[in-house]
Amino acid sequence: MEFYLPVIWGLLIATAVALYVLLDGFDLGVGILFPFTKDEEERDQMMNSIAPFWDGNETWLILGGGGLWVAFPKAYAILMPGVYLPVIVMLLALAFRGVAFEFRFVSKPNHRWWDIAFAGGSTVAAFCQGLILGTVIDGIVVADNSYAGGPFNWLSPFSIVCGLGLVCGYALLGSGWLMMRVEGALASHARRWARPAFVGLFVFIVVVSLWTALGVPRISDRWFSAPMIYLLWPVPLVTLLLGYIGWRAIDRGLGLRTFATSVGLFLLCFIGLAISNYPYLVPPTLTVWDAAAAPDSQMFMLLGAVPLLPLILMYTAFVYWTFRGKVRPGEGYH
Amino acid sequence: MELDPVLLARVQFAFTISFHIIFPSFTIGLAAWIATLEGIWLATKNDRYHELARFWTKVFAVSFAMGVVSGIVLSYQFGTNWSRYAEVVGNVVAPLIGYEVLTAFFLEATFLGIMLFGWNRVPPWLHFLACLIVAVGTCISAFWILSANSWMQFPTGHEMRDGIAYPANWLDIIFSPTFPIRYFHMVLGAFITTAFVVFAVGARWWLKGQSIAQAETAMKMALGLLIVLVPIQGYVGDTAGELVRDHQPAKLAAIEAHWGGEETPGAGVPLVVFAIPNEATETNDFQIAIPHLGSLIVTRSWDGTFPGLKTFPPEDRPPLLPPFFGFRIMVGLWALMLLTVVVGGILWARGRLFSAGLYLKAVSLMWPIGFVTVIAGWFVTEIGRQPWIATGILRTADAISPVPVGSLVFSLVLFVIVYAIVFSAGIYYINRLINKGPASVSHADEGEGDDGLRRPISAAHDAGRTAMHPGE
Repeated sequence: MEFYLPVIWGLLIATAVALYVLLDGFDLGVGILFPFTKDEEERDQMMNSIAPFWDGNETWLILGGGGLWVAFPKAYAILMPGVYLPVIVMLLALAFRGVAFEFRFVSKPNHRWWDIAFAGGSTVAAFCQGLILGTVIDGIVVADNSYAGGPFNWLSPFSIVCGLGLVCGYALLGSGWLMMRVEGALASHARRWARPAFVGLFVFIVVVSLWTALGVPRISDRWFSAPMIYLLWPVPLVTLLLGYIGWRAIDRGLGLRTFATSVGLFLLCFIGLAISNYPYLVPPTLTVWDAAAAPDSQMFMLLGAVPLLPLILMYTAFVYWTFRGKVRPGEGYH
Repeated sequence: MELDPVLLARVQFAFTISFHIIFPSFTIGLAAWIATLEGIWLATKNDRYHELARFWTKVFAVSFAMGVVSGIVLSYQFGTNWSRYAEVVGNVVAPLIGYEVLTAFFLEATFLGIMLFGWNRVPPWLHFLACLIVAVGTCISAFWILSANSWMQFPTGHEMRDGIAYPANWLDIIFSPTFPIRYFHMVLGAFITTAFVVFAVGARWWLKGQSIAQAETAMKMALGLLIVLVPIQGYVGDTAGELVRDHQPAKLAAIEAHWGGEETPGAGVPLVVFAIPNEATETNDFQIAIPHLGSLIVTRSWDGTFPGLKTFPPEDRPPLLPPFFGFRIMVGLWALMLLTVVVGGILWARGRLFSAGLYLKAVSLMWPIGFVTVIAGWFVTEIGRQPWIATGILRTADAISPVPVGSLVFSLVLFVIVYAIVFSAGIYYINRLINKGPASVSHADEGEGDDGLRRPISAAHDAGRTAMHPGE
């Protein structure tokens, strides 16, 4: 069990992070798209389409961070100082956009600043998450079991590409969500926004794949050596296929299909990253076993997570179901 | 000047947590208040409860949003600013925080959606259930936070290996000796804080002649609750003091500004009512003290003694001024609350509560009293724990992340700026909502609702409103 516990926890945290990226991804995406319409009613619709969900979505971020601390305290203690500034800026950006949901409503009609806070906060938070991701893939400098890099190691061309890629990806999720959840002019706007976001995400996928595959020997060995190459060739192929289906779906204005294919693309990226970096939690030094908490701690938490996570997913689904259907223009906030 | 990274990290944590604690100590009570109002409304169908519930839900939404965003910051600060702490006690403390996320955060955040936006989407009983779940969630959340914090105050159930804490007995870790009382102390504090806000807001409406019926109901409910809770809090607080005596003698000595070293048999320890403790001379300047009372309160005997600060080496003593003054502020404000509810109770019993203008005026100004008391109490408890971050295990000075001073300064400045903007805006908007009162809420209903659930309520609602406010 001592061998499997860290692997189970690695999978659980990966699941939490993936759920965070998909769920908060679409509501951050709606925030990123916010400045592209000036129409007051459309902005209200955009906000109302995500207002009942954003808080629950964001909780997966706390589970991702908290879970990392629970299961891998050593990794948490090394990573956080390594990405100190982007984490702080991300948290403050999330603070701005989080309060904007309520403040924008209660400050009407003088809510222009909270529109800016919502859009700016969403975009900055997404960009910072990309920076953090890029920094971790790039590798964290570790000496004596603690972070040993400089305060600006997170700032590199590669991490900036990741930041931009994530902003595009979230914008795509957001436009897919809007295509599903609204009707009328806003739905066709969302369709128009989806195209550049889609292209951005795809460019990002190609650039990051080539960059890591060619630039990081550890990763190129993983992908291009036998027998892995025979097992992994479907990954890029399925990505291309999904890209084609998604592009067609945007053309035809199919919200659900657009959303589903962008979710698929995100998941493929995520699986790709996991394949590239397994079993490292803090590449290229700490594996899941090096960083694992005491088995007692991991076990104690697992006993809670096994019944509670399905329960959480169930009531989350219930709330999504409660607020199903199209958001109509003029529907009240509270 | 050389900036001390530990001090910077501590200031940042104190700053962010002091802002954060304002919101849970309000929303814990407010969630329960809203659930109560809805429960009574479902039982009686009296619309004033429904209007109050809807009104306070709006205030709740704004406060809860601020609590959420300031809480996420804290959950990451353990790693960004206190990574040694995260590593040394991670095996023990992190699962408690993990359980908070799994058992409380998700519950609150998810059902909040129904609580805020579900009025027209779900039947009233389900909406009531969602409010109840959010209220219970806030209390579960407090449970885990206080459990983790109590363990840091007086750790039990762990063992140390190579400088890292490992769990030995989870029940001992979760229920460390000071935890149960500290939990009740905090939750009672939150309920009292909220009740004073509701009481003050009711008085404000009443004095302005606005939403009279709702103001009357709110004031009676709040005062009734306070008459019960404020005295109980006195007892619970005193018991919490006993725990400090038994488990954290250095903190107690700091709270009492008791230096010791001059024990004469039979003289006992005086109670220092006011003083300026002087760490350089190890004495109190300008001391006002009542002989023997310190012994009586702390040891429950006329001439009992307890260890003074001089018993502890200087490097093991907490900073003196914040615990000493924080404690006096906390107890002094509690006494003022007690006076307020006693006077209120007498006025109420004589049927003069709503005609005592001066009293209502005073009450209407007292809305912040609970917040100040809670923050003062946390300063006592957290600064009194120093110089340890986890008593006996890890010193605060050794718990910090390997982060350059520049990053700490930058993030601190950023926090101060962002919090100043966000929270002053939030408090301004809450104040504006309160000024408008419940009457403004009912207008928002119009134009909503198309699924049939809304109509009957809305109709009853409008009829009730005209019937209830004949004088307005």
